[in-house]
Amino acid sequence: MPSKPPRVGLFVTCLVDFLRPAVGFAAVKLLEDAGCEVAVPANQTCCGQPAYNSGDSADARAIARSVIEAFAGFDYVVAPSGSCAGTIKVHYPALFANDPDLAAVIDLAGRTWELTSFLVDVLGVAGVGAEYRGVAAYHDSCSGLRELGIEKQPRALLSSVGGLEVRATNGAQSCCGFGGTFCVKYPEISADIVDRKVSHIMDGGADTLLGGDLGCLLNLAGRLKRRGSAVKVRHVAEVLAGLTGQAPPLGDPE
Amino acid sequence: MDSTAHTFKSNALEALGDTRLQDALGRLGHGFPVKRKAAVERMPEFEALRDAARDIKDHVLGHLDFYLERFEARVHERGGHVHWCADAAAARETIVGICRAAGARTVTKAKSMIGEEIAINEHLAAAGIEPVETDLGEYIIQLRREPPSHLIAPAIHLAKGDVAEAFRNEHKQFPGDRPLDEPRNLLDEARSVLRERFLAADVGLTGANMLIAETGSIVLVTNEGNADLTHTLPRVHVVVASIEKVVPTLEDATAVLRVLARSATGQEMSVYNTFVTGPRRPDDPDGPDEFHVVLLDNGRSAMLGSEFHDMLRCIRCGACLNHCPVYRSVGGHAYGWVYSGPMGKVLVPNLIGIENAGDLPNASTLCGRCEEVCPMRIPLPRMLRDWRERQFDRGLGPAPARYALKAWAFLARRPALYRRVTALQAAMLGALGRRRGAFRHMPLAGGWTAARDLPAPQGRTFQQMWSDRGGPRS
Ligand code: SF4
Repeated sequence: MPSKPPRVGLFVTCLVDFLRPAVGFAAVKLLEDAGCEVAVPANQTCCGQPAYNSGDSADARAIARSVIEAFAGFDYVVAPSGSCAGTIKVHYPALFANDPDLAAVIDLAGRTWELTSFLVDVLGVAGVGAEYRGVAAYHDSCSGLRELGIEKQPRALLSSVGGLEVRATNGAQSCCGFGGTFCVKYPEISADIVDRKVSHIMDGGADTLLGGDLGCLLNLAGRLKRRGSAVKVRHVAEVLAGLTGQAPPLGDPE
Repeated sequence: MDSTAHTFKSNALEALGDTRLQDALGRLGHGFPVKRKAAVERMPEFEALRDAARDIKDHVLGHLDFYLERFEARVHERGGHVHWCADAAAARETIVGICRAAGARTVTKAKSMIGEEIAINEHLAAAGIEPVETDLGEYIIQLRREPPSHLIAPAIHLAKGDVAEAFRNEHKQFPGDRPLDEPRNLLDEARSVLRERFLAADVGLTGANMLIAETGSIVLVTNEGNADLTHTLPRVHVVVASIEKVVPTLEDATAVLRVLARSATGQEMSVYNTFVTGPRRPDDPDGPDEFHVVLLDNGRSAMLGSEFHDMLRCIRCGACLNHCPVYRSVGGHAYGWVYSGPMGKVLVPNLIGIENAGDLPNASTLCGRCEEVCPMRIPLPRMLRDWRERQFDRGLGPAPARYALKAWAFLARRPALYRRVTALQAAMLGALGRRRGAFRHMPLAGGWTAARDLPAPQGRTFQQMWSDRGGPRS
């Protein structure tokens, strides 16, 4: 650990902000426990991915500019989402390829990390002190896995959680069918894809489903609950931080 | 073939409700992807081979005119003919003209996606020339008067029973009560019917997996050997191929073949890899008297240098289809035209116009699995986004979705307003849904809640809670 603690700006993500603040607090705790100084800029909304994926580059660029501004001056920008971190790290530079702000964008991209990969790859965290009784399946979200190479990091951290077994599941790396605006534009196809995925999870015998992206988890929890499954769905940060008492599992009653 | 790409959504709904199709697609999921994975694991240098294959095609695309002219010159030297065709109509006219000049009554065909693209069967039939497909899957769908539903497995949407039914309906020369329950019965019957057709054909029409500039050869890859009978037996061999199929040398062709079979079916090599060079020479034991290559552009040269340039590296292996969650859900026919799956979503709008295929680039989760498995490392998700950008810029697409996006972007660009609006909504939805934990119905989100619960928000936004805690802001 360097003498001066790294200054981290938490990119909350729009879904965590709106639906699941518990994930944000879990991320803050994990970062602070690892020796970071964490702040949360007020002037953040979303990474702009819905606009970017819908072909609305002008709005996507405008939103990206406000992210650059809000997170100027932090050593690192950390998001509890592979999808949002991937947008900033991988897609912002593409979006600004012919723009005078490219240098600022590349600088931001270089400082931005997904939470579990930041803890393991940058801070070298080997384990956490949390406890969780259960058998978990892990869903590798597509952008985290394929854009940022996040696969081993969350599993390494989870292996240090007392009482928890993470079990390999068939189809862990196949898309859940969420796809951001895709699930709104093509709900029936999205539902068919998530149903296949959920069948694998239910067949695998885990009692908990963990993942690093709230979008996918809402989709998976939504289908699991509709099928009457008792599988508890949580963001990986909640378990790693030992903060599962803050909110019931996704889609479950209080 | 008339396109129904513009009705993708209803095509897809129909496909989702078709239980026989869903059974067939379920089998696909366990087949090709598993075999590809095993083949890739057996070959440690596979990733390097992908890079090499990509580099070969990139080089060719940078010098396409040079290699095509060289190919043409070599074909001429060997006594063959090359016909340059700018569009589908020109290619059809050329092929029908060659068949007419040969006095052809029947044409045997080896599977060719370019043949599908130019709808050559319909035009041959209209000219009084009977086309006979000789690839088993292609033969079956010809009997059923359907287009292929997959690049390399055209009848993947069918079950054994569907094939038996098609054979009973069309092969009236056999007793009606013959057993057709086993794949063996079906194969034997197809073989006996096709053998006569092979011998009677006047012209053999094939596609080409590659064209080799160095030698003027064309490469045919099959697992059934039908392409070989198609090009050696008739008097005239016509090859129809799109211009991006050219590679510089024999060695380049073998590099591509090595990634092709592994990516497509998980084989190390396809069973038949045939290199055909010109018509029969005096001491050849067999081969055609005439050898024609019809080179089709049909929109490809316009893709050169555009954001869709990389798509021209495609070798039609089908891996992106086999690994696509959307293809797995709806099958190939839902895409509405010749090419389906991720590669179809990028290519089809280039060939028939984005205004006629607006759903295709949007009907993707952008999960990236296609790019991950594509042997030619084609950035398919990036190009889907490029199509979306073009659509957005041109004001194409449903108006409500555009307004919703604009309204959301308006908020997302104004953090203070955004915080107030989201806090209010979170409070409302939280109060309504927290006790049950999720909504079973939700106005405006009926598509979601038809099959899924919508997990309820906690009730306060993170930003509100952080402010309450007096958490640091900078
Ligand atoms: S895009 Fe790639 S994976 Fe898809 S068919 Fe073409 S070469 Fe194969």
